[in-house]
Amino acid sequence: MIKTDVVIIGAGPTGLFCAHQLGIIGLKCEIVDNLDKIGGQCIELYPDKPIYDIPAVPECTGEELTNNLIKQIKPFNFNFHLNDRVQELRKENESWIVKTTNSKEFNTPNVVIAGGVGSFEPRKFPTKSAEKFDGKTVLYSIKDKSIFKDKAVAIFGGGDSALDWAIELSSTSKVSLIHRRDEFRGAPASVQKIKELSEKNKINLYTKYSIKDVKGNGSLEEVEIKSEEGESKTLKADYVLGFFGLIMQLGPIAEWGLNLDKKTIPVNTENFETNKKGIFAIGDICNYPGKLKLILSGFHEGALAARGCFKYARPNEKYRFEFTTASNTIKDRLGVK
Amino acid sequence: MAKIKYIEHNGKEHIVEVQNGLTVMEGAVQNDIPGIDADCGGSMSCATCHVYVKEDWYNKLPKKEMGEDDMLDQAYEPNSSSRLSCQIMVSDDLDGLSIYMPEKQV
Repeated sequence: MIKTDVVIIGAGPTGLFCAHQLGIIGLKCEIVDNLDKIGGQCIELYPDKPIYDIPAVPECTGEELTNNLIKQIKPFNFNFHLNDRVQELRKENESWIVKTTNSKEFNTPNVVIAGGVGSFEPRKFPTKSAEKFDGKTVLYSIKDKSIFKDKAVAIFGGGDSALDWAIELSSTSKVSLIHRRDEFRGAPASVQKIKELSEKNKINLYTKYSIKDVKGNGSLEEVEIKSEEGESKTLKADYVLGFFGLIMQLGPIAEWGLNLDKKTIPVNTENFETNKKGIFAIGDICNYPGKLKLILSGFHEGALAARGCFKYARPNEKYRFEFTTASNTIKDRLGVK
Repeated sequence: MAKIKYIEHNGKEHIVEVQNGLTVMEGAVQNDIPGIDADCGGSMSCATCHVYVKEDWYNKLPKKEMGEDDMLDQAYEPNSSSRLSCQIMVSDDLDGLSIYMPEKQV
């Protein structure tokens, strides 16, 4: 059990800046995110896209913004728990017990939900029949590529993950690559390589096809694909892999009794606390009259939520407002002279 | 101003007037029409405002810009009549447009 002042759910820009504000006022926090990296939507959806509306930063990419925010909270040495998701939230006396998918447990008076539109999860095949093979022979990520050796593998998708794995596995497996159109969004060099491998019959390429059905008694045997005109083909397959990018799912947050309204959490605008004492929501996931889904709004919300956390984390102390330019206490916390 | 018909997957129709300059996605969201999620808020970064547009109208719409098809690869059951509704800007020319929702967005 990890005891802390605040658990932040979500390591996007809003969560990161809230962590900064907590550090400034002398509180500790632990940050949990389902992704394997820090940055949230900025890093997952648009790392290279320029952003033009961060105050005093005329232009920066999602990746640059993330890197600067990470640098800004470095002095506080907060722990990140990546590749993990908060599963359960329960009240015990005056504390919240927070449990994650990887069985980590936190004891904290405050939880700040900075979860954006939810956690990122792989988009799955629309076919119902794929569900019973899910995690066994129908996969959306690869942990151990040796299982595919000498097997028939059907790969669906047109982005870099699909292309890279098709190329990689084509030397040891019988690979089919299936994509819904004949243009690929992967890197041009990979697209070129796929075309070469297809010409040499090292990869069976099916464009303008999508999945129709997966079949097998007990184990997976074949996959049926269809064209838009309705023509279908059946391919032998020991494994079916889908790489359709990530979708955002609200997940367990929906079950915490926070009066959700259209996937967002209502908060007050004084400290962004929800209907539950000690649970705050900031950034895209919170909702109040006039809410703007801007990063800068998330920063403001995080700063106020941090002050809201103070009264539960230090019930016997009085919060005192200080400027970073003038306060020696804050300078000590930042490790600057 | 354009009168746009949003047709849910179950066939339920919603006809609303949408101001010029808004997107078809915003027209749905502002009028509480179910079936379009628009998780990313219109930045062409998700694929949850996916709609189908029948051929007669599809060809009259402004063409897809770079990146829209890449996002559509990640939509639920996309086909050649798929569009992201956040990328369709409403103008008088769109008066009478019908758009069809997919079975679901994610």
